[in-house]
Amino acid sequence: MSRPRLRPAGDRGLLLETGDPQTTVGVCAALRQADRPEIEDLIPAAATVLVRVARGTDLTDLGNWLLATAAAAVTVGSTTADRTPAGPGTGELLIPVRYDGPDLTDVAAATGLSPAQVIAAHTGTPWQAAFVGFAPGFAYLIGGDPRLAVPRRAQSRTEVPAGSVALAGEYSAVYPRRSPGGWQLIGTTEVTLWDQAADPPAAIQPGRWVRFVNEEDRS
Amino acid sequence: MTLTVLRPGPLALLQDGGRHGHAADGVGRAGAADRASHARANALLGNDPGAVAIEVTLGGLVVRADADLTVAVTGAPAPAEIDGDPAAHDTAIALRRGQTLRLRAPKVGLRSYLAVAGGLDVPLVLGSASTDTLSGLGPAPLGKDHVLTIGTGGSAPAARLPSATALGEPETTLRVLFGPRQDWFTDPTALTAGRWRVSPQSNRVGVRLDRPDPDSPDLSRAGDAEIPSEGIVLGAIQVPPSGQPVLFLADHPLTGGYPVVAVVLDEDIDQAAQLRPGQHLRFASV
Repeated sequence: MSRPRLRPAGDRGLLLETGDPQTTVGVCAALRQADRPEIEDLIPAAATVLVRVARGTDLTDLGNWLLATAAAAVTVGSTTADRTPAGPGTGELLIPVRYDGPDLTDVAAATGLSPAQVIAAHTGTPWQAAFVGFAPGFAYLIGGDPRLAVPRRAQSRTEVPAGSVALAGEYSAVYPRRSPGGWQLIGTTEVTLWDQAADPPAAIQPGRWVRFVNEEDRS
Repeated sequence: MTLTVLRPGPLALLQDGGRHGHAADGVGRAGAADRASHARANALLGNDPGAVAIEVTLGGLVVRADADLTVAVTGAPAPAEIDGDPAAHDTAIALRRGQTLRLRAPKVGLRSYLAVAGGLDVPLVLGSASTDTLSGLGPAPLGKDHVLTIGTGGSAPAARLPSATALGEPETTLRVLFGPRQDWFTDPTALTAGRWRVSPQSNRVGVRLDRPDPDSPDLSRAGDAEIPSEGIVLGAIQVPPSGQPVLFLADHPLTGGYPVVAVVLDEDIDQAAQLRPGQHLRFASV
């Protein structure tokens, strides 16, 4: 983890460089907790947090505060992050998965694991949503077994069904809605992850913990 | 009380002040592309500034009043006709029951806003009636025979109107702040040197730009490395490997994987939203 840096992002934003997704999670949690009124939105990403601010915000003042708060969050480190529920929709989300994805054997081949070992690795650690992006409710989950790191598919699919459980790079994700996509599909879940009538509509918000469970082990 | 769409024209969308507070859901703000013109149309009628109105791209919209209504058209001055007679732009006008309002293509500007006194009563999706053309959230684009219900909001016209968006200059200059990724370019000041031209591929996601003059300096990237996707602000000028920038508007993605060389000032976004394909512009650093 490096020391957070600040980059300009117009007169309504500041881009805080965190360096990696783990730091992003910690910095974001600290910024959210402070609940500054001039901050309209936080947009976490792999190595940055974009802070969008209200009109008329003094960016120099806010920038100094952001750097101090982010530096403190880095010093404390993510080891203190706990998984106890802080409110509705914030506890660990269990996602039962049918490991029947069309890319499961390719993932096994790429990782040198057997399909059973891929499943064991995917269900063996808790994952945490570092950020959302690509599509509404699409959360990038981190903290998985490092052996599962695989490249995207050489050819992306024009249509990936909602509920597809996928891997790409160090991340796992569940496609919340049907969409195009290039991630490796290893399974399917029936859990609804996007419901535009719900509040919040995305079941997996940044910072939320997720655990995948093999449906075959549950029956 | 209702208003019926007889013809939508090239693109007519329902828009309000946008979908706020859903970044954690991966949902962008959308909302009127030219925020000042949208708010002004509502203010002329005493509506809430964020009331739902119709964003009309390059005119072509024809609507019929199914009751006596008061309406206003702002933004790009699309010549308006009520049953064939010219009607004034940028002011409250009466539209009697059974009358038809037609907007012709504007000579300058791109987007006009048609507001109705009382606002339009449209079901909200995540707190907004805006159509987000990128994510597909919100109502479908308006089509023939679409019937819109008039709301009951608003009262007296606002004491102070939002200023009209500047339109029609032969060459628009937009003010920018460099960053966050100007160091990814061999010469970021190429952005503020020479003219740019609005490409026909532009839409509510962004204004795509190319160079009208062959001797303009290239906005070339210093290396081939990719940045991990990062958050994007409204007005960000993102540069893909082609060197042809995209200036992001209301329906921009929340994150992007190409470096952003500079960001247009918030005050100048509305002017950017009125740029027409083929129009020339410059960027000035502040």
